[in-house]
Amino acid sequence: MALALARPASAPPETPSSTPAPAPLLTVERLSLSRGEKLILDEVSFTLKRGATLGLVGESGAGKSTIALALIGLLQKPQVGLEGTMALDGSANLVDATEKDWLKLRGRRVSMIFQDASSALNPCFTVGSQLTSPLRRLLGMGAKEARGRAIDLLESVGLNDAASRLDAYPHQLSGGMQQRVMIAIALATNPELLLADEPTSALDVTIQAQIVRLILDETRKRGASCIFVLHDLALASQACDEIVVLYGGQVMEAGPSDVLLAEPLHPYTRGLKACVLELDTDELVPLPSGAPSFASKTPGCRFAPRCGNALPKCVDEKPPLETVRGRKLACWNPAA
Amino acid sequence: MSMPSELFRLLDVEKAYDVGRKGGLFASGPRRRLAALDGVRLSLKAGESVAIVGESGSGKTTLLRVLLGLTSPSDGRALYREKDITLLQGEDRDRFCREVAMIYQDARGSLNPRMSILDLVAEPLDHHGLCKPSERRDRVAALLSRVGLPPEMMERYTSALSGGQVRRVAIARALASSPAVLVADEAVSGLDVSTQAQLLKLLRDLQREMGVSLLFITHDLGVAAYLCERIAVMYLGRIVETGLTKDVLSAPAHPYTRALLNAAPKFFEPIAEPLGGEIPSPIDLPPGCRFAGRCPEARDDCRASDPELVAGAPNREFACLHPLIGEPAFA
Repeated sequence: MALALARPASAPPETPSSTPAPAPLLTVERLSLSRGEKLILDEVSFTLKRGATLGLVGESGAGKSTIALALIGLLQKPQVGLEGTMALDGSANLVDATEKDWLKLRGRRVSMIFQDASSALNPCFTVGSQLTSPLRRLLGMGAKEARGRAIDLLESVGLNDAASRLDAYPHQLSGGMQQRVMIAIALATNPELLLADEPTSALDVTIQAQIVRLILDETRKRGASCIFVLHDLALASQACDEIVVLYGGQVMEAGPSDVLLAEPLHPYTRGLKACVLELDTDELVPLPSGAPSFASKTPGCRFAPRCGNALPKCVDEKPPLETVRGRKLACWNPAA
Repeated sequence: MSMPSELFRLLDVEKAYDVGRKGGLFASGPRRRLAALDGVRLSLKAGESVAIVGESGSGKTTLLRVLLGLTSPSDGRALYREKDITLLQGEDRDRFCREVAMIYQDARGSLNPRMSILDLVAEPLDHHGLCKPSERRDRVAALLSRVGLPPEMMERYTSALSGGQVRRVAIARALASSPAVLVADEAVSGLDVSTQAQLLKLLRDLQREMGVSLLFITHDLGVAAYLCERIAVMYLGRIVETGLTKDVLSAPAHPYTRALLNAAPKFFEPIAEPLGGEIPSPIDLPPGCRFAGRCPEARDDCRASDPELVAGAPNREFACLHPLIGEPAFA
């Protein structure tokens, strides 16, 4: 059975969304992902508006990249267990999509920028051949047209001397330039959703600012939405409209970044924020160490063992994600 | 001359590499030089903490190799307790090895996966003959608990440890020989903020309680501000600004320092106009200030004459013809 995957022409599917405004571009509802006995994502829910930027934040092991990989169909059934809903505007539930379905989406409606550009680009092919490949394969352009378009794309991501860069191999470019090439490849087909998995963590701070701005400017220009996977809360507050804080595959707190980060309510968000160094930070209050358990039988909140506010109830029963003070919060005992 | 309290002194250290002729092995062009370090002056006093910041390619790691005696400068002198580091011999060399400890960026890669934590942490003790075999376990247990690891962990191997724990083992190993100086190369980069915060707190406590000097290489100004009293900002093989960290970061004099400061993410502020371009190749630099090509303040004389690092204010040195001092911070 083929799934409906086209860009929305017909009526979008019913989505239980709390916002009355136009249908969100992406709806993720109670998405769970398991590998064998391990439950990697535990009922993750969030929505993304068209043209908005969402940040997935949390420590390593929180499931941030896993969500991104699931959203671009690189983690599918039956390799992993998937339950719940993830749907692009106008598409069917992508939890059930097969590789054949994903081929119609991946690179067309959804594309991805990976963390390490030097290993995501193929060292054996020139920048030009990697950049024209989506144009030719997915958009059906001829060689000459694709080359012209590729030059435009490289110029739009700020590479000067674009025509000669097309014949360069990735190793001839600096890390920042490689990341720019990858952004150009991801944007080549004008996707509606761009996934950026820690796009700047391998780069210098000055280049990081350039790249984040570039991604924001280019997605905005195209009316596309963007999901950033980040671990830097300060950067998330600058780059993202909405933030989803994850721990151990569970959503702890989610909401508009200005509301959420100005006054975080979840003890985990507070702890994370207290770990961020600013120039005038004099005292750091680190979170206690610990790593989440992914055992599927954990009934309660996975952050409970590290939480200073934990109640006996936290270990036994999972708190529901409820709207509190302008954001969604999953906590039995939030900070006052 | 200088005060005896200075542990390290670098006097106009240069390190240039010959990178062959333009056009390949058989081309006839002039030989080209890559100046990884180009006249670096730096001193580290006992008990002091100094951060070295700059983008990749600014020469931070070469500077560190010179300090550790792994690379000899091609010009200038690198001194440890007033003796040339590369010429240290016998007792002086042993003392240098015992007193200067290194924490590497890739902590896991710096620790032998086939040695237990006990052997890894005890290796400096054994090498320098610092404890009796009967005290070995107790010493290691004390070191491990000092860095916040349970002593039971000494029977384990690094493969069983998390990234943060491995870094703690690397710190314990560096502390084993009771060093006078800890040299750390990006010791907290690539970690989760929570783990990073724990390690930074640990390093600051160690530095304050044990009085060790700390030379910390980082690209994160927040880390530099938290950990170090003094800061040296490097660009293309040269220190462009140095001074007390709080002074430098509250009122940068060099446009490059300001650019680094602006680029650091800050809560709720719009992303600052980034510094254009990238760090240029250090091969055959043009005349004039090496930052002129990216500098928003550059004027004609910047492209003609190369500014020296000079004292521009109390406790402050910078290499800029048109410094920003006097301007409000974050302008």
